[in-house]
Amino acid sequence: MRDQIILRIAAKILVGPILLFALYVQFHGDYGPGGGFQAGVIFAAGVILYALVFGLDRAKAAIPTSIVTWCGTLGVLIFAGVGVVAMFMGGNFLDYGVLLYDAEHAQHIGILLVEAGVLVTVFGVMVTLFYSFAGRRRSR
Amino acid sequence: MESVVDLALLGLLAVTAFGVLHLRNLVAVVMLMGIYSFLSAALFVVLDAVDVAFTEVAVGAGVSTILALGTLALVGTRQKRHAKSPVIPLLIVLVTGGMLVYGTYDLPRWGQADNPVHGHVAPEYLEMHVPLAGEEGEVLEVHIPNIVTTVLASYRGYDTLGETTVVFAAMVGVLTLFVGRRRPRRKGGSPADDDGEDGAP
Repeated sequence: MRDQIILRIAAKILVGPILLFALYVQFHGDYGPGGGFQAGVIFAAGVILYALVFGLDRAKAAIPTSIVTWCGTLGVLIFAGVGVVAMFMGGNFLDYGVLLYDAEHAQHIGILLVEAGVLVTVFGVMVTLFYSFAGRRRSR
Repeated sequence: MESVVDLALLGLLAVTAFGVLHLRNLVAVVMLMGIYSFLSAALFVVLDAVDVAFTEVAVGAGVSTILALGTLALVGTRQKRHAKSPVIPLLIVLVTGGMLVYGTYDLPRWGQADNPVHGHVAPEYLEMHVPLAGEEGEVLEVHIPNIVTTVLASYRGYDTLGETTVVFAAMVGVLTLFVGRRRPRRKGGSPADDDGEDGAP
């Protein structure tokens, strides 16, 4: 699709705002609809759009396979890690109330970190799935 | 008015589902599935479940469609005709559907305020969540405007951790299937090795 000028220009214009919108969904999840899962999918959609229009090789040059696989693992570790840190700070597993000086702020920061974990995992997994499917097609 | 919208959306859902059954061109089927997702998302919006609608659009209509198209590129776009008689599958579907419809008669009426689901833990969450007038001194457990986020990430943190792990497991499964099968000769190939080989036309 690299020679389709309309697609290429439209994708070029869209990829940035899509990634930005994903971050908005992530950090606005406390106030409006959205959260880590949706943000992760939208972020992955931005990368997938880039890969569809500009080719898998260039997408992989920008975001290598090893990084997305690591992301898929890292997010779960962040999520579980927040729980373990809460245990070390005297609470129960995933009890965010003990993370900071007062319970309300601690809840905020706990939810933020956990949502970040979800974002990273979902992004990593979605892009890994796409790379696997698309890469297999080319190798055939 | 709302019931008109509901009926229209449900009718379109049914039409789309029959289209999916009828068509043999799988690319068209994937597109119809995407439309199906959008219609379900519209239904969720009518039901005030915007978070669910958001997820449905992003995952069901967006990423699933792309992955399904990726699969079609591997397996071809024509559905093969089945020679077997459809009587037994039809019977199984009718019996199962009948049982499900029969089961709905035991459900409480939809949308009633005193349904069991509203009397379980939801009031407790809402009480801790919404700051009540005249209780300034009381420390709220959480105060985040979107209660869905609070429930998912805090009250139901274990469930969300489990879901994240399931997503991770999906990645492990796909990598095991694809990366392992592609290079049976090479031993201990790391994911980084894929890049070089994919670069070749």
